[in-house]
Amino acid sequence: MMHVSPVREPLINGEKSYKDITKDVVAPVRAKPGKLWFVGLGISAIVMLIGFAMIGYTIWFGIGTWGVNRTIGWGWSITNFVWWVGIGHAGTFISAILLLFRQKWRTSINRAAEAMTIFAVMCAGLFPLIHMGRLPLGFFILPYPNTRELWVNFNSPLLWDVFAITTYLLVSLLFWYMGLIPDLGTIRDRMKTLWKKKVYNFLSFGWKGSARHWQRHESMSLILAGLAAPLVLSVHTIVSFDFATSVIPGWHTTIFPPYFVSGAIFSGFAMVLTLMIVTRRALNLKEYITVGHVESMNKIIIATGSIVGIAYITELFMAWYSGVEYERYAFMNRALGPYAWAYWIMMTCNVISPQLLWFKKLRRNLAFTFVLSIFINIGMWFERFVIVVTSLHRDYLPSSWAMYKPTWVEVAIYMGTFGLFFTLFFIFIRVFPVIALAEVKSVARSSARKFLGKPIKKQSSEKQ
Amino acid sequence: MEKQNIPDAVPFKFGKKLKTWLGIAAAVGLIALLWGVFIAQLPASRIWANLWLNALMFLFLGLGALFFWTVNTLGESTWQINIQRIMESMGLTIPFAILFFVIAFPGLKHLFEWTHTEHLDEILQKKTAYLNMPFWLIRFVSYFALWTFFAFYLRKISVKNDFEPRDNFLKKLRSTSGWFIVIFAITSSTSAWDWLMSIDGHWFSTLYGWYIFSGMFVASISVIILISVAFKRFNIMPNINSEHLHDLGKYLFGFSIFWAYLWISQYLLIWYGNIPEETIYYVERVDNFNTLFYVNMTVNFLFPFLALMTRGAKRQPLYLSVIAIVVLIGHYIDLYLAIMPGAVGHEQAAIGLLEIGLPFFYLAAFLLLFLVFFEKAKPVPENHPYFIESSDYENI
Repeated sequence: MMHVSPVREPLINGEKSYKDITKDVVAPVRAKPGKLWFVGLGISAIVMLIGFAMIGYTIWFGIGTWGVNRTIGWGWSITNFVWWVGIGHAGTFISAILLLFRQKWRTSINRAAEAMTIFAVMCAGLFPLIHMGRLPLGFFILPYPNTRELWVNFNSPLLWDVFAITTYLLVSLLFWYMGLIPDLGTIRDRMKTLWKKKVYNFLSFGWKGSARHWQRHESMSLILAGLAAPLVLSVHTIVSFDFATSVIPGWHTTIFPPYFVSGAIFSGFAMVLTLMIVTRRALNLKEYITVGHVESMNKIIIATGSIVGIAYITELFMAWYSGVEYERYAFMNRALGPYAWAYWIMMTCNVISPQLLWFKKLRRNLAFTFVLSIFINIGMWFERFVIVVTSLHRDYLPSSWAMYKPTWVEVAIYMGTFGLFFTLFFIFIRVFPVIALAEVKSVARSSARKFLGKPIKKQSSEKQ
Repeated sequence: MEKQNIPDAVPFKFGKKLKTWLGIAAAVGLIALLWGVFIAQLPASRIWANLWLNALMFLFLGLGALFFWTVNTLGESTWQINIQRIMESMGLTIPFAILFFVIAFPGLKHLFEWTHTEHLDEILQKKTAYLNMPFWLIRFVSYFALWTFFAFYLRKISVKNDFEPRDNFLKKLRSTSGWFIVIFAITSSTSAWDWLMSIDGHWFSTLYGWYIFSGMFVASISVIILISVAFKRFNIMPNINSEHLHDLGKYLFGFSIFWAYLWISQYLLIWYGNIPEETIYYVERVDNFNTLFYVNMTVNFLFPFLALMTRGAKRQPLYLSVIAIVVLIGHYIDLYLAIMPGAVGHEQAAIGLLEIGLPFFYLAAFLLLFLVFFEKAKPVPENHPYFIESSDYENI
């Protein structure tokens, strides 16, 4: 038992014993879902189907159904792609990097955040595929020579993206499922119907909870954390290369890789907050996802948000400092041109509003945090919109300057990915435990209110 | 674990023997400088550039440690509390860097092309609103005023808690650290532009400030490691155990990778974009500083990456300190590569007695000041609410 300072806030509130923890976390999986859940799932599924229909429409009639043109070849689809990939950064950050930093509070939120990572990356992956115009073209991004012995373009960051995001998806999936295994074993033991028992037994690979199982499980977690930590940085680094390797003013800037990563973690945490503030109420998990957890996440929001803010200002300053006419104009145009409204929405939502979190009262205020997290989600979407569209719409040739407006097809596809995301999330919360049961239990003795009140006796076995 | 189970740190006594050694080291540095100026009669720009380089390195060790301490405080981390006084005392050396910078001031004309206001080319003329002497000096003074204030104020809060522990201690420490981090976030970048990037006055890179910061951080971690290992070895702080070394080793490992990540981000994007205004920076370095260019990458990334991979490597004091020394020299080379091509030029730049000898003077000055400050307070902040946690944990 390691010492825990009495000034630390408990991570599990209420008088929760180990048994209570199991009961509370498994409850949503065992109970019959309520009306609200069906309504939510229904709406999400309908929106998802509309989105899929619009994808079909795009593929049938071609990219001409979108608002993109020759000047602005990348519009909403790439904006949405980067936005969703960014959202997918919180999960692995929480489970890998915070694990390496020994942050115990991550145990209550890592499961849901990792699930969101996977769903968000799935949504993101759709967009480059659709943007190709014909889905079978997706085959040609695989590193495989065609009949004329032509390979994919290994020099292209777009191809690096394929590798980066596939690797990320696979490792995140592996990490997430690895953590689930002992919890699935617990659920199996609590299921009454035989077929459910069998299904969960299969899903948990027949987990028995023996010392040997645990030993392997834990060392595997650490290895995966070590592997996933650089992945958190690599994915958005490569996404930023999509832009930064070009010579377009506003895209070509060296700060992009770390600044994109920071922005991704920023938006990922905002989405985790948006969803978890609702989920903790809906599934009665207030004792596990406490105000203290929200505060910790808000601290990460303010750190990453401020890094993003500094990057914005650095870019702006360097555009002036470089003395390059095109650079200077690109940033003038961002702040004062026809898309200035988008730029100022981005600045307000991403740079100014998170600064309010310096106040402890606001960091611990759930309603405020919820509203702020939505602001950040919007702001981060506009960041990508500003980067993609305003950098393109006025390029080196004033004769080909243009404006861009999305069509209803693009809007519907974007909405459709929300449908997909929430459909998967709704299913997830009823099938798998939303909180990492075994991991929460592992910090209970040191950080649960029930155990903190009493002196902890050392077990005789620990002395040896 | 109880407080009495933690081995007591012995109040440090700055002995005569140590002082003599530091004096000898300082003398070596001075002799190297005098040799360079009077006997070898090296070009003026090379001498000024070396003074500038060493002043920066001196500052970075203290500044990096102050950052390390404050960022750990904000993250409510606890492992570092046993070695916190080392970081505090390192931070207190910051104001003395002013002296070393000011010594190099007469040579600014040799270092920065933009100071030649009589004949500025078109590009530099566009930058005069930022790159001009009065504004540059105002920034210089404000950086140091702010950093010094925070280094001393944070130290005061920390030491005061040794004698009269208050309930609001942590809150005060945290909020002050928060202010410092905000200021540091801005000034670490702008000072890197002022003191390093503007040497190559035409060139620009948005990442530059963060890149310099990452190198600074790694360099100061290696010094923290070296001091910790020495204090443990000489029984000044027996409370430092292999867990602390392990964590320090992890930081050295992780942030060496982070440094390489920023290095490659900057290099790759400039190489790929292939815009002459930007590539010139690396062309100069690859063509004319070829060996150092590759040594830099090897010593600062490949070496610590491979050497610190295993668990044992981070827990073995001697092994860890050898790596720390190599990495520290590596980041000296990194700064050398940032300064010399622009300030001295490849025809005149070289590594000779001056480059090897002079750092000893600055190192001695740094250690002297550090030890003087370290002696003044208890070696461990025993009343810190997280103190016991810092001795009672394991790296899995």
